[in-house]
Amino acid sequence: MINLETPRKFEFLVGQAHQVATEIFRTNSRKYDGDEHSYPKELDMLAAVIDGMNEGGALSGAGAAGVGGGNGAKAAASGTRNASNIASLLGLIELSWGDVGLLLTMPRQGLGQAAIAAVADEEQLKRFGGKWAAMAITEPEAGSDSAAIRTTATLDEDSGEYVLNGEKIFVTAGDRAELIVVWATLDRNQGRAAIKSFVVERDNPGLILERLEHKLGIRASDTADFRLENCRIPKQNLLGSPEIEPKRGFAGVMQTFDNTRPLVAGMAIGVSRACLERTRELLAEAGVEIDYDTPPHVQVAAASEFIAMESDWEAARLLTMQAAWMADNKKPNSLQASMAKAKAGRTATDIALRCVALCGSIGYGEGELLEKWARDVKILDLFEGTQQIQLLIVARQLLGKTSAELK
Amino acid sequence: MSQQNFTERGMAVGLRALNRLAGNPLIDRFGLRDPAQRMLYGASKATVRTATRAGRTFAATQKLSGPARQPRTGRSDLFDLTPDEEQQMLRESVRDFALAKLRPAAADADARCTAPDDLLTQANELGLTMVGVPEELGGAVAERSAVTTVLMSEALAQGDMGIAVACLAPAGVSTALSLWGDADQQSKYLPEFVGDNVPAAALALLEPRSLFNPFELRTRARRAGGGFVLDGVKSLVPRAADAELFIVAAETEDGTPALFIVESGTAGISVEPEPAMGLRAAATGRVILEDVKLPAGALLGDGNHEVMTECVQLSRLGWCAVAVGTGQAVLDYVIPYVNERKAFGEPISSRQSVAFTVANIAIELDGMRLATYRAASRVDQGLPFAREVALAKRLCAERGMAIGSDGVQMLGGHGYTKEHPVERWYRDLRAAGVMEGALVV
Repeated sequence: MINLETPRKFEFLVGQAHQVATEIFRTNSRKYDGDEHSYPKELDMLAAVIDGMNEGGALSGAGAAGVGGGNGAKAAASGTRNASNIASLLGLIELSWGDVGLLLTMPRQGLGQAAIAAVADEEQLKRFGGKWAAMAITEPEAGSDSAAIRTTATLDEDSGEYVLNGEKIFVTAGDRAELIVVWATLDRNQGRAAIKSFVVERDNPGLILERLEHKLGIRASDTADFRLENCRIPKQNLLGSPEIEPKRGFAGVMQTFDNTRPLVAGMAIGVSRACLERTRELLAEAGVEIDYDTPPHVQVAAASEFIAMESDWEAARLLTMQAAWMADNKKPNSLQASMAKAKAGRTATDIALRCVALCGSIGYGEGELLEKWARDVKILDLFEGTQQIQLLIVARQLLGKTSAELK
Repeated sequence: MSQQNFTERGMAVGLRALNRLAGNPLIDRFGLRDPAQRMLYGASKATVRTATRAGRTFAATQKLSGPARQPRTGRSDLFDLTPDEEQQMLRESVRDFALAKLRPAAADADARCTAPDDLLTQANELGLTMVGVPEELGGAVAERSAVTTVLMSEALAQGDMGIAVACLAPAGVSTALSLWGDADQQSKYLPEFVGDNVPAAALALLEPRSLFNPFELRTRARRAGGGFVLDGVKSLVPRAADAELFIVAAETEDGTPALFIVESGTAGISVEPEPAMGLRAAATGRVILEDVKLPAGALLGDGNHEVMTECVQLSRLGWCAVAVGTGQAVLDYVIPYVNERKAFGEPISSRQSVAFTVANIAIELDGMRLATYRAASRVDQGLPFAREVALAKRLCAERGMAIGSDGVQMLGGHGYTKEHPVERWYRDLRAAGVMEGALVV
């Protein structure tokens, strides 16, 4: 039965996430935006509380670790599942409504866990599960073109270790995480198929922190640049299969994105909802009420613009729910995941910037969080694949083109 | 010969004469063009206004003790985008019909400003007018299902929006009567909509002026002689000349907008063709009400403001559904075109500017669709839906129009010609931002 409402069984989860967002994230938003690179210690206590909740099941889905194959939940009588992908998404929307920078630096909730969940075997899940994992993909000369990465992994047969060498940048939570999932190639002559992901412990002496970035937004979240210098890891830390299978190509590592892109879209939805809600309050103070029945052309311009923004927000949100729902039901969703990410990333940025303009100097000033959200939100149209990369993925699928045919 | 055909032939003869006159160099030489054009404009206005179709006699064969209503579906507890089996079946059969019959007939229907009778009859056989009618009155669906109507409307519009609107207009009336009619109104009118010979009918809301607001009407209804007297003009009413029954929105003396059942044979009603940029196959016309006397029983839903509000909302959702179907037609047409069309030695789809436009059509279309489904599903579950309808409507008006424009753009100059349907979809998709009324889901 067609139903696009948020399932009631997740209300408790959403309510708890909302409390965390209100009580802890919002109250610390300004502090860590101003004090970039200082560690938000308030989150340690919170993480402990959330670990406790995980055991009780309440917030179990609220982090990125929950995404994946939609295991665990039984399909209802109607044959559809609402499981961990939807739960994770709903939790992240709520927490991002609070503060997306703080969300990104929540202990043990990094996107790296999604990468681990997507390709790890049982033994690896046991070893790495529950730890704070960051993802290291981008290199100075390889951003969106992740097939061009130069970091190498060479197997040292004698010691049974892989030796990693290269440079990684833009590692979200890279300084604070316990594990770094590093993409590296086993053989630079064999292209995409040779790219694998490797788990590196943060305290590995071969993993050298070069610097932390100073950024436009999400300043609460550290963004690290690393050098890998003869960085040795046990060969059991390679996620998935060590075989180079040209037919499977990039699929192994790329499938991570099908699960994480809806989450980043969810973050965009959370931030832009915060913008819309606050703007609505400020407009109401200015005497503008939103009336959904009156046609746009006879509304006050600000009210009309608000409804236009809200309608795009709704489209982005539902596209994202669709992608998560498909993942829960094991339907291939890479098209829908990229559609959601593309729509949510650009819509959220557009909304945040328009809200600042609508609210004038109040919106632009630091007395409100609107200007901060407008800075934070831009990252969500960049990482996990830029707007342009999402459009390429969508277009290739619709047009039946390979990456060689549509560059 | 129906009156419509007669009118059409009259117009065709008139147009041929007009063409000869316009091409005559003498009228320029003698400075006659301006007066001639003024004369022709006035003449067309004077000659094309006709009486409405006399129509059948509506009479109750059976008395109802109370109005019948479709029960609501219960609240669902799971997010789910899967239509149920009945909906899938209906959607597929309507889509097959739309692509096999409506699409090939669309260009001609657009040019002739009328939908072929045989297609309208076949569309009735699909049961469009029965979906919103309670089972005890011969309806086809057990529970209230705006979603089903949305799915069927979308599928129909995938063939052609103009013909789809012509097919769906009577369903708008039967659904309105089912939702808000009292026992007498239902027993008098609804049997005709579940029979073999469904009357042409239309919900007339829109009025001819800029900045129209359906809650501030200029068509007036005043109480007189135990009934009502209506005066005003309704705009872009589908199948106006053929319709046997209208539901007309008018403002009562206390300033409330209300809905009235108006049989086409009532004295004081006339129609004028009102062809527009698009929706031409829907044979849109103005309905002119001059001192139209109606019995007290013509008032629908006791004149409650909530009824009018709901009617406007459900109608907007109907326009969303046909915009989504038309948008899908654009996408499905554009993809093979850009893959096959070559420029600079390769398919134009190998260029990002083209490929990204196609991607954005798909993204915005899916957003429109999901927002429309959500609003419709809330209707069925008895949840408030004002906000969700407004958001869907805004998306379908703005993003839908952008899809129409991009569709033409992707075909370049070829898209601007009648060799391809994209120029028609461009014209039709503007309707989602203009229309009120006519469709009810």
